Amino acid sequence: MSETSAWVILIAAIFTNNILLTNFLGMCSFIACSSQIKTSLGLGTAVVFVMIMTTIINYIIYHFILVPFHLGHLQFIVFIAVIAGFVQFVEMFVERFSPKLYFALGIFLPLITVNCAILGASLFMIIRNYSFMQSIGFGMGAGIGWALAIVLLAGLRQKMRYSHVPKCFEGVAIAMIVTGVLAMTFMGFAGMVSIQ
Amino acid sequence: MGFSIYLYSVLSFTGLVILLAAGLMIAERFLINYGVCKLDINAGEKPLEVVGGQTLLSSLYAGEIFIPSACGGKGSCGYCKITVTSGGGPVLPTETPYLTRKEVRSGVRLACQVKIREDIYVRIPEDFLNVKLFSSTVESILDLTHDIKEIRLKLDDSQEISQRPGQYVQIQAPSPDGPVFRAYSISSPAYEPTVVELNVRLVPGGIGSTYLHNLNVDDKVAFTGPYGDFYLNEDPSVEIICVGGGCGMAPMKNIIYSLYDRWPSRSCWLFFGCRTTEDIFYLERFKELEHRHPNFHVIYALSDQLKPEEKWDGETGFIHLAVDKYLEHGIPRQAFLCGPPLMIEAVTRVLGEKGLRPDEIFYDEF
Repeated sequence: MSETSAWVILIAAIFTNNILLTNFLGMCSFIACSSQIKTSLGLGTAVVFVMIMTTIINYIIYHFILVPFHLGHLQFIVFIAVIAGFVQFVEMFVERFSPKLYFALGIFLPLITVNCAILGASLFMIIRNYSFMQSIGFGMGAGIGWALAIVLLAGLRQKMRYSHVPKCFEGVAIAMIVTGVLAMTFMGFAGMVSIQ
Repeated sequence: MGFSIYLYSVLSFTGLVILLAAGLMIAERFLINYGVCKLDINAGEKPLEVVGGQTLLSSLYAGEIFIPSACGGKGSCGYCKITVTSGGGPVLPTETPYLTRKEVRSGVRLACQVKIREDIYVRIPEDFLNVKLFSSTVESILDLTHDIKEIRLKLDDSQEISQRPGQYVQIQAPSPDGPVFRAYSISSPAYEPTVVELNVRLVPGGIGSTYLHNLNVDDKVAFTGPYGDFYLNEDPSVEIICVGGGCGMAPMKNIIYSLYDRWPSRSCWLFFGCRTTEDIFYLERFKELEHRHPNFHVIYALSDQLKPEEKWDGETGFIHLAVDKYLEHGIPRQAFLCGPPLMIEAVTRVLGEKGLRPDEIFYDEF
């Protein structure tokens, strides 16, 4: 178990090891749901919430059920089931308390289930041997990092509507290029801390 | 050891899934429970008590108020517009494509998208309050072409439907997710109030047409109606133009027969576009009508190349070309079009060139 404090992991997961911009996880909803800041902020918030909660639940299940019973090989299928069940719950919750957000997110709320960044966060937590507090820090950091990246891209894409993008680059193509540039700028943070 | 690991794996995963499902069911009980809400129609004309959490459309339906909806509540037809004066919540992004800014300002909503979460006050046009639920029995089934059937429904218990030509009914078809509604124009004339006749083309995988095509004589069919806001021009000097394509014949058959029942010498044109000779139907009936009423003209056109063994002495090419060829410019007219979007677009353009105003052209697009 590494000795890095949970705070450092949180900051590192946002900037130096951004789950989207360095590991390129969760790309499909990142590209599809980033045309408006408002929607992307909603999806980002949902991802932060789901990521923190699923890392906590998965940590408990892994260390208190799977490890004692030697069922570590079940981690993939168990983590996916937990994420799917939890997203269902969040969906009901959002529909009840914010119907507007519910309809704005549309198909993307169930899509969080298959957002690989969420599963990725749970798996990194196991691979990197994080403690409980470190896992919370990592889950929160990875979620915030993902949200930050999608909001940044959405802001850029909103501005881009007024600029002359070459015809063949319009839409997803330019979004991918911009994502690459974003990833390169985030490399500037790389020297700060390392959480491998 | 070797076997028990599988047993443990299966048991623990099953246990986890059961736990998750139980948690979700409990959450559902508390989160999707809005209690009983009041649904007020036209300021106290018909107050209803409904269970919250359902859509406005299904609640109204349960209260025997039948709002038209061709898509069955999926939010893709935009027919179920009603005015919500209070209690509807914000206009949802799924509705905005179907509403103009003026409609949004005056509180028009799609009834299938509004969920009832609190007491709600709505205004519904009188026309919709007159819509009834009918039960009927299949009287006869006739194969018109290889994929189009004519189905005659006799209303049960000597009920009568008062329809205007051009209106449609919504057939209730069973589906795995409960009954769905599909809109079909009435092809029987308005002077036969105890019968509703439909022309149904079999759409592969279509819920409504598959159900109707599998019916037998004496089967029971439920439907609501009549819907539609087409009014035939009552001035006998106005010429009526009917243009149809594919299987878009039903409303025009109704219009033409109702018309000649009332004004035997009124001028009327029927243009109908088919692909091949196999798709032709009702031509003999209309030819016979043409004999009896000299001011009725019927033109069928085939759009595909003729096969070597086929014989055809009528028009060829797309139907808007025939419309362009036969109609003179500048006669007072009213037009009813029924067919695929591209045909509607082309015919609307041709009719515009012939001097028809957009409000004189009415169409059913599918």
